[in-house]
Amino acid sequence: MTLHSKILPEANRREVLASVSAAGLTLAFTVAPKANAQTAGVGALNAFVRVAPDGMVTIMAKNPEVGQGIKTMLPMLIAEELDVPWEKVRVEQADNDPKAFGRQFAGGSMATPLHWDELRRVGAVARAMLIQAAATAWNCGPADCATDSGNVIHKPSGKKRTYGSLALACANITPPDPKSLTLKDAKAYRIIGKATPQYDVAKIVTGAPLFGIDVQRPGMLYATYAKAGVFGAKVASADLEAAKTVKGVRKAFVVEGDPNGLFPAGQLGQGLLPGVAVVADTWWAAKKGRDKLKVKWADHPTSSQSTKGFAEQAAQLHAGKPQKNARNDGDVDAALKGAAKTVEAAYAYPFISHATLEPQNCTAEFKDGKLEIWAPTQNPEPGRQLTARTLGIKPEDITIHMIRGGGGFGRRLANDYMVEAAWIARETGAPVKLLWTREDDMAHDQYRPGGFHFLKGGVDAQGNLIALQDHFVTYQVGQGVAPSAGMAANEYPAGFVPNVRYDTSMIPIGIPTGPLRAPGSNALAFVFQSFIDEMAHAAGQDPLAFQLKLLGDKDVVGNPPSRYGAGRMRAVLTAVGEMSGWADRGKLPKGEGLGVAHYYSHQGYFAEVAHVAVATDGAVKVKKVWVACDVGSTIINPHGAINQVQGSVLDGLSAALHQSITIENGAVKERNFTDYRLLRMSESCPVEVKFLKTDFPPTGLGEPALPPAIPALANAIFAASGKRVRSLPITKDMLKA
Amino acid sequence: MAYTLNVNGKALSADVDGDTPLLWTLRDTLGIVGPKYGCGVSACGACTVHIDGQPMRSCSIPTGAVGAAKVTTIEAMAADPVGKKVQQAWMDLDVAQCGYCQPGQIMSATALLAKTPKPTDAQIDAAMSGNICRCATYVRIRAAIKRASGQKEA
Repeated sequence: MTLHSKILPEANRREVLASVSAAGLTLAFTVAPKANAQTAGVGALNAFVRVAPDGMVTIMAKNPEVGQGIKTMLPMLIAEELDVPWEKVRVEQADNDPKAFGRQFAGGSMATPLHWDELRRVGAVARAMLIQAAATAWNCGPADCATDSGNVIHKPSGKKRTYGSLALACANITPPDPKSLTLKDAKAYRIIGKATPQYDVAKIVTGAPLFGIDVQRPGMLYATYAKAGVFGAKVASADLEAAKTVKGVRKAFVVEGDPNGLFPAGQLGQGLLPGVAVVADTWWAAKKGRDKLKVKWADHPTSSQSTKGFAEQAAQLHAGKPQKNARNDGDVDAALKGAAKTVEAAYAYPFISHATLEPQNCTAEFKDGKLEIWAPTQNPEPGRQLTARTLGIKPEDITIHMIRGGGGFGRRLANDYMVEAAWIARETGAPVKLLWTREDDMAHDQYRPGGFHFLKGGVDAQGNLIALQDHFVTYQVGQGVAPSAGMAANEYPAGFVPNVRYDTSMIPIGIPTGPLRAPGSNALAFVFQSFIDEMAHAAGQDPLAFQLKLLGDKDVVGNPPSRYGAGRMRAVLTAVGEMSGWADRGKLPKGEGLGVAHYYSHQGYFAEVAHVAVATDGAVKVKKVWVACDVGSTIINPHGAINQVQGSVLDGLSAALHQSITIENGAVKERNFTDYRLLRMSESCPVEVKFLKTDFPPTGLGEPALPPAIPALANAIFAASGKRVRSLPITKDMLKA
Repeated sequence: MAYTLNVNGKALSADVDGDTPLLWTLRDTLGIVGPKYGCGVSACGACTVHIDGQPMRSCSIPTGAVGAAKVTTIEAMAADPVGKKVQQAWMDLDVAQCGYCQPGQIMSATALLAKTPKPTDAQIDAAMSGNICRCATYVRIRAAIKRASGQKEA
């Protein structure tokens, strides 16, 4: 059973997908009964479903869980079509096993579109097999049978058989072609669409061991791993003996690392970089030992790089001719010349870190040539390949257990912690749990790349946006654009403005970059949606009306794969205007304002309005955010869906108000949550969410609510204070009256 | 040296250096892993425990300084009348996303409600702003505190 997903061409998401799915966008898994799984009277209907004699159904959660709720949501799809009550479902986290489960990853908000049809069919196949088993027992045709809540019913007589009594008989039944089965009508859903708490909710609130950091193995030791602040710098010297004097320290050793570890081919994030490992009886002893190492790092060319230097290079590149043209529609120069009004603006945003609250960690055990790994990873199979290649062992000799991650946001698409743990465990000859310090975690990320945009726009006398020009200065690694630092040639509003020119220049860097929640979009939405707001004000128009007009009157603009549902966007924009009382914004007190923005990413259409107050000292208080969105026909689990949208919006505010990674002498300056701040309760605000249901297949919610939150905030700040935010993060100084 | 700690009503012995933060004694020596490591510098609240009923950051308390104080962790909250209510509200509203910070959030919320049974929004802000939720589930954390305290949720 395979699936070919319709993917939209967002450059950075493609990158995520290419890395997780080398074989293309295909999910392939088996629906045949699992051989030799008929143990203890439990019938395995396929890789995903087992039924016990008492009727308890075990459903495998195929994808890694990092807080997106997938361990609950994907099994809900199977349970619905299998027709079992959710109370009788036991969810079990699958190991990394692409042969059984297809690709297993958490990225690109892809789980919903990739599995919506397929996993319902997995449930339907299992149900059809149970019906067949009952029909055989009753000597009737399957058409005489129905199901209800874990039972097969013989319609003519009303006789019942429980699934538990039929499961073993399914071993001899050939599963039907999944595509041949008719799925339930949405009106008959009992599980899909019902707000369902996370399967592990009781464990979460009682502090039960759940996370990578909680993994325990018999005889396990603990490790820290010290790496250079300058990415990829080698160890010149280290006082290993001093580390070994600490009570509880067992080993201290230098790891040469993989020469290609900084930018390993075909991988997101880093591989095995040089460093010093300290292994001890407890993690605190390992950390104390590490603090005594006095490591000296070898010189490295990246040490000449800095945030300040990048800004200087960007200004120089802007002053010269752009290196590359990505799009040129109409005649931008002529249109700007003839425009009634023009605006020129430079936008910039910083590198930011994922800062998952659970620092990177991994537990590994190397025994008899085989490696067993317990990893909070979003992307296990590439981790297995990376680890196999780096350690020189076969991928099939590596087993990966996917452990719940304390936040992902794209950080755990990389597997640097995995290959480090594997290496250290093999060197140590005992099970080892590697845990990074917070400072390690902040200094060794694949960061959301910063960027610079030099924009010009023009409106005509009727207030139509007629010209837009962007010179995007971004970053380069090797011959290409740095990971997640690209921009698609169809970036909105291209295709909606008659004269558009998108140019690009690049600055070479040695700082690792990569996808962070809504990669690309999380920065580009700020730039383009803020600049469109600037153009609306330049034209003297209501920003929301200006945005609606710019979207035009067609329902769909562009052809696959870059179709843009302009009608869907107009609908959410109109809805968010109504929700937020946009028309009455003139009644707000002085110093308060509403800002609107919209953005399409990850196949979701999102429009958001922020309400802010800006004090005369420049302090910003976000009072509320409204979200109207269209992610298709069905919200599979409203609990998780609303939580993702609210969290994404506040995550966007957190980035906009606080976050910036500074590079000095080639290394990250920020160390901890004291100088890299995250949004706190007192800065949080209500987030009202409305899902507009449409006839399109449902799509994902892990990311698309984030991008428009930032420009909605920036545009609200302008409405409240008259100060235009053109660089992030937003500081008090920028907004002082 | 060996320290005897009063943790969740039990006397537990841990042979650690006195400078070992309580968090690591709990996690690595005593196997009590509900308190989480997030920052090591009292900046995130993931390691919050109660010391004689006060919410404290266990990452920054040396084991040698605990003495006879009563240490209570998330593992004991089900047996605490206020803690139990808070946990139930967290489950009812499905507060968590990744869940990593939530033991610390629940410890801070329980300490708040033990002292202030009907907290205002400002009191919630003051008591909870030491606990970072990277997934930013703050809307639901606030609602769950209101629910546990019998107040209107929004």
